[in-house]
Amino acid sequence: MGWLKIDPGSWSRADRAETIGDMTEISEQAAVRRLNDRLGFGPAPGEPALGFEETVRRLLGPAADAAAAAIAPPTGLAPPPRDKENKKADRQTRTAQERKLTVWWLDRMVAGRTASERLTWFWHGHFATSNQKVRNAAWMLAQNQTQRQHALGRFGDLATAMIVDSATIRWLDGQRNRKGSPNENLAREFLELFTLGIGHYAEKDVAEGARCLTGWVLGKDGKPATFRRQRFDSGTKTVLGRSGNFDAKGYAGLALARPESAPFVIGRLWFRLVSATPPDAATLARLQTAYGAERNVKSLLTAMVGEAAFRDPASALVKQPVEWAVGLLRALRLTPGKLEQQEQTKLLAGLRGMGQLSFRPPSVGGWPSGASWLTTSAGVTRLQLAQHLAGLSDLGAIKSADAAADLLGVDGWSARTKAALAQVKAPAQLVAIAACAPEYVVSG
Amino acid sequence: MDNLTRRRFLTLSGVTAAGALAAGATQVHWSDLLAAAVDDPLPSDDSVLVVITLYGGNDGLNTVVPAADPAYQKARPELAYQPDEVLDLGDGLGLNPGLKGLKGLWDDKKLAIVRGVGYPEPDRSHFRSMAIWQTAAPKSPIPTGWLGRWLDATGADPLRAVSVEPTLPPLLAGATTAAASLPLRGLALPKGAVGTAYAALGKASPGEGLWQAKAAKSVLDLQEVTRVLGTAVKTGRERAEDEDEQRTQGASAGGASQLGAQLELIAGLIEAGVPTRAYSASLGGFDTHADERGTQQRLLTELDTALTPFAQRLAKTDRGKNTVVLVYSEFGRRVEANGSDGTDHGTAGPVFVLGDKVSGGFHGEQPSLTELSNGDLVAGTDFRDVYAAVLQQVLGTDPGKVLAGHNGMIDGLLV
Repeated sequence: MGWLKIDPGSWSRADRAETIGDMTEISEQAAVRRLNDRLGFGPAPGEPALGFEETVRRLLGPAADAAAAAIAPPTGLAPPPRDKENKKADRQTRTAQERKLTVWWLDRMVAGRTASERLTWFWHGHFATSNQKVRNAAWMLAQNQTQRQHALGRFGDLATAMIVDSATIRWLDGQRNRKGSPNENLAREFLELFTLGIGHYAEKDVAEGARCLTGWVLGKDGKPATFRRQRFDSGTKTVLGRSGNFDAKGYAGLALARPESAPFVIGRLWFRLVSATPPDAATLARLQTAYGAERNVKSLLTAMVGEAAFRDPASALVKQPVEWAVGLLRALRLTPGKLEQQEQTKLLAGLRGMGQLSFRPPSVGGWPSGASWLTTSAGVTRLQLAQHLAGLSDLGAIKSADAAADLLGVDGWSARTKAALAQVKAPAQLVAIAACAPEYVVSG
Repeated sequence: MDNLTRRRFLTLSGVTAAGALAAGATQVHWSDLLAAAVDDPLPSDDSVLVVITLYGGNDGLNTVVPAADPAYQKARPELAYQPDEVLDLGDGLGLNPGLKGLKGLWDDKKLAIVRGVGYPEPDRSHFRSMAIWQTAAPKSPIPTGWLGRWLDATGADPLRAVSVEPTLPPLLAGATTAAASLPLRGLALPKGAVGTAYAALGKASPGEGLWQAKAAKSVLDLQEVTRVLGTAVKTGRERAEDEDEQRTQGASAGGASQLGAQLELIAGLIEAGVPTRAYSASLGGFDTHADERGTQQRLLTELDTALTPFAQRLAKTDRGKNTVVLVYSEFGRRVEANGSDGTDHGTAGPVFVLGDKVSGGFHGEQPSLTELSNGDLVAGTDFRDVYAAVLQQVLGTDPGKVLAGHNGMIDGLLV
């Protein structure tokens, strides 16, 4: 679970670190690779070697992600009409719709050239919503598109859109929350997990917040949620020390305006994109300045990757299964949507086996991190999936450990991994073992 | 691997010794343990603990139901069960009608119900409260789970605790040792050159970073777990999930499904005599903010139909008879229903402890429905008192080594 962080203990220095004065940092090449890992899904093969600043511009510059945008979203996602007679057909339709959606997003992640898809992926984990309960692929797609629209924009716009989003409402029982009979689910998670963090609000704020969020009902046949004034509690509510006739937008605004909100949001991004060790006070202050009154995500990320901690050898992160698999698909030039059905099924089963399928986070708290992905169970699946994917790609030219390193974009292999790779000759086997090496499983 | 004794396992486990070293244990420590196991092997009747976590906050009042209490009926008229609907347990309480198999275990004196379990200053966040239960630290967050600390304290061997969920639950993460996890479809590693190459990735590399070292260690653990447990697992048990609207109504707070398959796997491992002393399984979906009655009864039925054959199967073997099952959730729910025919987050709830070694019947006091704290039940028993009893009497460990600063223990819970 994401809420239990394993103590990082004492950090050891990576072997390829350079010492500049008394400051240890990774090489320029490794820093560029880290940018591609953290703001994208790993380096794209055949990418001309860019410098750090050029790579930042590619990932965070004004240019839209044409490659990802060229992949059209799936249609026909409206849930099937209720058919109590034929539950099996109903389930098959829903499964097929969710699969289309999942494969479409994987294709976008594989193709993406900017930070847009990676940040959409981050927000999906932050506002974690599962189609297990939502049961409506059209709403899941709409939520995903909203997260993409604001992925690098203003956090306030995103949070305010999420609190009245159909999938969010369905997931956290918002449609059951009406005047005179509040339901606290959405009000609580919005403060605890989306905007403020635990300890920065009281139980009374949750109860009063639920009243602010009354009035929303879900649309029929995949249409978006709408506001019904007669279900809204228009009385005075007292939330986070302020009183007034607040509605959903007002409630979101109150949470965002709290001084604890910026450090919370910055901390969540830092934890997933930079390091499991929180930023120190001076760093946090600089990042808050960059985030600013506008709550600008792109400015914040630009500042984050410019911090010394971003080049600290200790700022290593275990790749989440989707990040690992998308990186491997990119390197192997495989497009999930173009795979044979059976091969595609194996890919999705592998992701599920490692514990991570998009649109299926385990809870509203999102996915776990770090050592949680290094389980024995995930390890077996990782090797099977690596073998499977490597077997689908034409890897004739990959005949050495160095060639595998170039293909996967790792900085280099340890003596341990070189010795392991020396055991296999066939290109597909070489790449499968390389993909399971600690140097690739972890973004060093 | 048939009837693998702990002694034989330890004698064979050169690789695990290296694993313990990588995790920070000293060589002396490990060889002492090894020597002790050879000279004085653990008896084959070691007892086993199975922990089942119900994610989402199971509504305790509709699980062990005070159906005849007018305060109960008044607080939740749409949700309340009538006295003739519940399975009578005496003391004015009855089990949810979904728990018919557990009622049989109760009648056989194999089910203990600890009533009103919680902790001081209850937290109504799923994540915080689940962290409190799993780390057994209500006051301040700590990064180790209670069974993880038990692993740390008893020899740093990842095989001593096993999770059958895809990701490791925090309760099984120690400071130096994490439990192994087994997928439902079993573990099998490739043979030949690929297998050899993969195994070589498990070697520690001098000077590598913490996470890379952990990744290498996980490969090493996997070799060992596969060798010892892999063949005990039947393959192909994973089924398509049965996800209809009612089943998934309370799913936003996490947890696994297919509890029956998880418990079947665990029963097989116990019968095979693997050296594992603690198992973790889970069932999610209990966050019933809306339309609770149907959804919760459905989930409790799922729990019942998984747990009952598991208990019956265990009762047939000596190893199984030494198994104790603990079932808990992160909190109970509010006494009063909300406006959606559901309940919001609450506090204390019942804990189930079952097995041959259990002293069946009620333990702890039923919380009052009229003397509430902010509309919620007041816990009469600290959950760590239950943990202390199973640590001492099932796992044979001094609870003080795991539950620092907590001295309470439920008396007479286990025979």
